[in-house]
Amino acid sequence: MLELRAVSKRYGGVVATDDVTLDVVRGEVHGLIGPNGAGKTTLIGQISGVLPTEIGRIIFNGTDITHLPAHARVAAGLARSYQITSIFRRYSVLENLAFAVQARSGSSFRFWRPVTAERTLFDEARVIAADIGLAERENAVAATLAHGEQRALEVGLALATRPQLVLLDEPMAGMGPAESRAMLALIQRIRSRVTVLLVEHDMDAVFRLADRISVLVNGRVVASGVPAAIRNDPAVRQAYLGEELAA
Amino acid sequence: MPATLLLEQSLNGLQFGLMLFLLAAGLTLVFGIMDMINLAHGSLYMIGAYFMASFAQATGSFWLGLPLALIATAIVGALLEMSLLRRLYGRDHLTQVLATFAVILIANELVRIVWGSQPVLLNAPPELSGPITLPGGMPYASYRLAIIAVGGVVALLLYLLVAKTRVGMLVRAGASNREMAIAMGVNIRRLFTVVFALGAALCALAGAMLGPIFAVQVGMGENILILAFVVIVIGGIGSVRGAFVGALLVGVVDTSGRAFLPLFFSTFLPPQFASAAGPAVASILIYLLMAVVLYFRPQGLFPARG
Amino acid sequence: MIRAIAVFIVLAIFPLAMQAMDTMFYVSLASRILIYAIAATSLNLVLGYGGMVSFGHAAFFGAGAFVVGIMAVEGVRSVWIAWPAAVAVAGLAAFIIGALSLRTRGVYFIMITLAFAQMIYYIFVSLKAYGGDDGLSMPGRSTLGFGTLGNDLVWYYSVLAILAAVLYGLHRLVHSRFGRVIAAIRENEARAEAIGFPVYRYKLTCFVIAGAVGGLAGALIANQSSYVSPSLLHWIQSGTLMIMVILGGVGTLWGGMIGAAVLLGLEHLIADYRIGWLAALAPNYQDHGALAVGIVLLAIVMLAPEGLAGLFARTKEK
Repeated sequence: MLELRAVSKRYGGVVATDDVTLDVVRGEVHGLIGPNGAGKTTLIGQISGVLPTEIGRIIFNGTDITHLPAHARVAAGLARSYQITSIFRRYSVLENLAFAVQARSGSSFRFWRPVTAERTLFDEARVIAADIGLAERENAVAATLAHGEQRALEVGLALATRPQLVLLDEPMAGMGPAESRAMLALIQRIRSRVTVLLVEHDMDAVFRLADRISVLVNGRVVASGVPAAIRNDPAVRQAYLGEELAA
Repeated sequence: MPATLLLEQSLNGLQFGLMLFLLAAGLTLVFGIMDMINLAHGSLYMIGAYFMASFAQATGSFWLGLPLALIATAIVGALLEMSLLRRLYGRDHLTQVLATFAVILIANELVRIVWGSQPVLLNAPPELSGPITLPGGMPYASYRLAIIAVGGVVALLLYLLVAKTRVGMLVRAGASNREMAIAMGVNIRRLFTVVFALGAALCALAGAMLGPIFAVQVGMGENILILAFVVIVIGGIGSVRGAFVGALLVGVVDTSGRAFLPLFFSTFLPPQFASAAGPAVASILIYLLMAVVLYFRPQGLFPARG
Repeated sequence: MIRAIAVFIVLAIFPLAMQAMDTMFYVSLASRILIYAIAATSLNLVLGYGGMVSFGHAAFFGAGAFVVGIMAVEGVRSVWIAWPAAVAVAGLAAFIIGALSLRTRGVYFIMITLAFAQMIYYIFVSLKAYGGDDGLSMPGRSTLGFGTLGNDLVWYYSVLAILAAVLYGLHRLVHSRFGRVIAAIRENEARAEAIGFPVYRYKLTCFVIAGAVGGLAGALIANQSSYVSPSLLHWIQSGTLMIMVILGGVGTLWGGMIGAAVLLGLEHLIADYRIGWLAALAPNYQDHGALAVGIVLLAIVMLAPEGLAGLFARTKEK
């Protein structure tokens, strides 16, 4: 579904991603791990189109999207959630999700008819809110949500665009155990409908969820394969010196 | 195109550019270090020119009036910073624009109250009021040459100050990492006031030197302020080097445009169009320049901040 | 909605009261305020709702005025031709300026809109045939083909009707799909793009609509005194419009109207105001009002709590 070919990102002398070649297969949950500063978020940025890619190619469902603008990639079925929560803070959960649904359903160059008249928009937003476990909080203003709830909304926004592939950038960032379990359950729920590229630090979660894992160190892919293979890979162990891999 | 005309316009462009640099340097430092858009910068230029006119008249001497005007304006600048402008640091740019816009309005009125609404007379010093003969036999106004000399020397001093002295180092430290500088004991508040006062003095110098050439009148600040902003946007905000290059570019383009475009147009346009089109296009030339630069380099030529 | 109707009923009765009291001057002043209300409202669309700090809005306001003025002087005085032309020209200018400027952000955007406005100012001022520095006098107000706009009462009601239409249109716009996208973009531009909105296109459209309505206001101001001053295009005018928006309420429906009323009302009230000791100190200084306006403005800006920054919910752009 997604193919990265020799994707690189250079900032002057600094190399953020280096010759990354990677495949994500339809229907899988593909984990992307690596130490801090390994270039994971940069790679996500390149795939989603926020960061321009001068070197390498990105192919999605057979189409070369390397130079496609970010919003067009969403229309093509590629969505992304952010590591640092980036939601519409002054709007309610329902309104947040409705924005995303609206983006996906018809032109918004409509200047007269009030949006509230469009029942289907908000009905669909309601469904997604329930999906991400925020049914009870659907009218709460996003800024007032607890951290875990905001992270759920963060993922919900990506899901609301009805993507085929969703890039989740550390969805469990800053979460306690209960919240992490809820997020894990959420990802388990959605995996039947959507392919997932999951960037995470929470090794427990990654090894539990992922069908395959790729490891990024200093911008390069040092290993890629099934979780068992990754766990035993010496290069990976070396990269995570001192860090515990899930036993 | 006679060589002398070309040379003369180049020198005029250089002269205007150097004076623009004096304004732009202060503006870009304030913007780069304190992250503040200061529309009242033009008002300091105006106040400097007015002080110069008064002091020159009071002392009977251009050269005595000049340092007095610089000091007076620097003091006004420092007071303005301490009383009002430092409250704007950290607020969003729109608030800064509006507040300093209000300061312009107030400054214009205060100048009217003190000096009246009529333009004030400021003359070049008598020893510089005649032409000088350049190598090659071309006459050129000696006062303009003096402006170039003063501008060039100040530019050099500014470069040495920022790049080589302890104060300059503190300024650069404050610019790149405010918190760190504070943690290391730099008195940021005093530093900002000093930077601002320095900017004010530079404005006053430009105002005083350009006074004999342009009129000293209320509102003179607004016209040149726009140019100064164009300069720092072209040069890159926060960069003194950018301000220098930008100022020379703008000075030369603007001066040459005004000098040559009417002639150029009259070669193929009927006279009534040429006489209208010339000045119009000349006026918009630098804005076109800015638009082109921003198209290729949205952050200016030498962006100081990342 | 009730509030809106109430306001407009009051505004509708107002001139009749003035006529009864034989103080028709205030009706003319009121129409002027209403025209600036339209101009400020158009800026509020792009600045308040759209979050785009355009410092060149005077360009569209003035361009609209000049189109009407120039056409009038050239013999085309019909409302039905001149006014749409003003709107079209202003909209086109907004399209070109917006297309180029919206590629920049933050202060660069502010500067480049300012620069473009200055360009337009210089172009019009250089047209000696159409007044140049002195401005352009028109033979009279635009012609309708029936009745006349020359009657101040008729003029007032015409302007009032247009203002009502503009406000209603803005109300519908804000609640439409388009309005929601603009709101999302203002709240979090990066995320708006990331959920699939082509942000640039929406911003540009918003910019053009605002410019076009600004042009309409310009057509009206030209008619107000049958005179077009180049100062309408000056960046100080842009600043004045921005102040109206800020005073009245950024991103609110009535903001432009309140701001225009407050600022112009204030200017009028203190125009003849004399500060005693100041008059004694500086006998030649006549216009105390200008100083007062500056001081009041400064006080409002400095004393408004995080309000001004808080109204722009996005993080500060650099």
